[in-house]
Amino acid sequence: MSDKGSASESKAASSQSGGFAALIKRTAKGKIGPEDTVLVWPNLVYLELISMVFATAILLFLCLYSPAPLEELASADTTPNPTKAPWYFLGLQELLVFFDPWLAGVVLPTFIIIGLILIPYIDPNPLGKGYYTFSERKFAVTGFSFGLALWYILIVIGVWFRGLDWSWYWPWDDPHMHQPAGAVKLVDLEVILQSTLGLSERPIVTLGRYAVTVANILTWGMFLGYYAVGFTIPFLLFRKFYNRLGFVRYNLTMFMFLSMMGVPLKIFVRLLANIKYVLVTPWFNI
Amino acid sequence: MLELLKRIRNTVNKTQVFKSIFRHGYPDNDANRALVMFSNVVLHLHPVRVHRGALKIKFTWCLGGLTFFFFILLAITGVFLMFYYVPDTNRAYQNIQDLGTVIFFGDLFRSLHRWSAHSMVLFVWLHMTRVFLTGSYKPPREFNWVVGVILLSTTLVLSWTGYLLPWDQLALWAVTVGSKMAEASPLIGNAGPFGPELGMNPTNDIAFVLLGGTVVGQSALLRFYVLHCLALPLVTALFIAVHFWRIRKDGFSGPL
Repeated sequence: MSDKGSASESKAASSQSGGFAALIKRTAKGKIGPEDTVLVWPNLVYLELISMVFATAILLFLCLYSPAPLEELASADTTPNPTKAPWYFLGLQELLVFFDPWLAGVVLPTFIIIGLILIPYIDPNPLGKGYYTFSERKFAVTGFSFGLALWYILIVIGVWFRGLDWSWYWPWDDPHMHQPAGAVKLVDLEVILQSTLGLSERPIVTLGRYAVTVANILTWGMFLGYYAVGFTIPFLLFRKFYNRLGFVRYNLTMFMFLSMMGVPLKIFVRLLANIKYVLVTPWFNI
Repeated sequence: MLELLKRIRNTVNKTQVFKSIFRHGYPDNDANRALVMFSNVVLHLHPVRVHRGALKIKFTWCLGGLTFFFFILLAITGVFLMFYYVPDTNRAYQNIQDLGTVIFFGDLFRSLHRWSAHSMVLFVWLHMTRVFLTGSYKPPREFNWVVGVILLSTTLVLSWTGYLLPWDQLALWAVTVGSKMAEASPLIGNAGPFGPELGMNPTNDIAFVLLGGTVVGQSALLRFYVLHCLALPLVTALFIAVHFWRIRKDGFSGPL
């Protein structure tokens, strides 16, 4: 592929560029000269061809190593234990341990999709366009990486650490033996509040099916308070952050961020205090 | 030998048939290398010239391109599989068994389809991660990121609908888990918040629409088959076209 034309081109380009990093910076500033470009044929086309051949080879190897499985004929009479969704949805299925299906299976995935769509519109930072950087966009990269880590960790747990009855199985546990049923009893947050604070179980007001107790109002306060405090703290302490985003972007960003942080928070609350729901209503529980 | 090949090529390049197809000589000089990009429908997804940075694998890691390649592989292997598959609960499982036992290369094509699908899902994720980390979604490329998120959704739904087709225990129960989630949708699911209040029951909610019934049965198999083999690939191809078009229009970010 080295004919006279492209050889002299790349020579000219390299003599002017001063290395790849400098090239990126110049490009980001819009200072690209014709000496920095090369013809797509053959330079890029051949690269693509090579990567496709390489990918095909790996796929063929995987096919030989692990052919597509086929289990028994589908039968509504026999429910496999455990019943697992495809691996890319196992993170969401793992969330079913901690959340009701309407949250784990519907609302949270919807938030993920909406949150992803919002990203370019709520990130006003002009820096870090077209090159890898952490220092120029710390919050964006940290937030995104946190969500990504959460997603992958939950999938890994769902794929490799869940067995019969969706119990926790270490790799060295016998996957054919049921784990002893946990003696842990899950309690709702409002029940804990009721007993520790000695609150009355009598509803102070009844709205149709909804018997509202003092403890229930407290849990509403804590749930909404999580968002309220979460919205307020950055506003008070990082006013620059707020000013850079503006009212609409700030609220969207914080809502998505706090909802994302709420997921591991609920998981920790469950694991530490055996709390089933932090908020109970006749229609939905969180 | 090389001399002979060169002579053959030169002769072929001058024939009327070759010229009618390719419109230019072999791309071994700059003029023809530009023309090949203009005149080839696949290659014209590219510009004529790219930034030297585009060749840096450490920037793109070839993730987007390979995702597209997996989509092509899936289309090819998928068409092959369709020849041997009938979306009938009494026959589907047998059809898949036949692929592994009596059809030449049946198992290979099915495995290739499966691994391409897994790879496509994974590579969509990796590609999005790369695009995020290089800030390539920033203006003026915001909308192409949105198109990418749509493609993420269609990829996942495509993969999930394909999961049911072998009609084995794995397929049935994996899809049952998903349809239970649909039943729990707020407002539009019979088991979701405010669903019953809005008159949702197992025969009129979103899960019923998805499955064409109250359980994963014949109607669900047919629906998933049609979605998997026809509707979703078309939608995905359309958005891929928009995705590529926007890359050309918006320009590459950074070193590309």
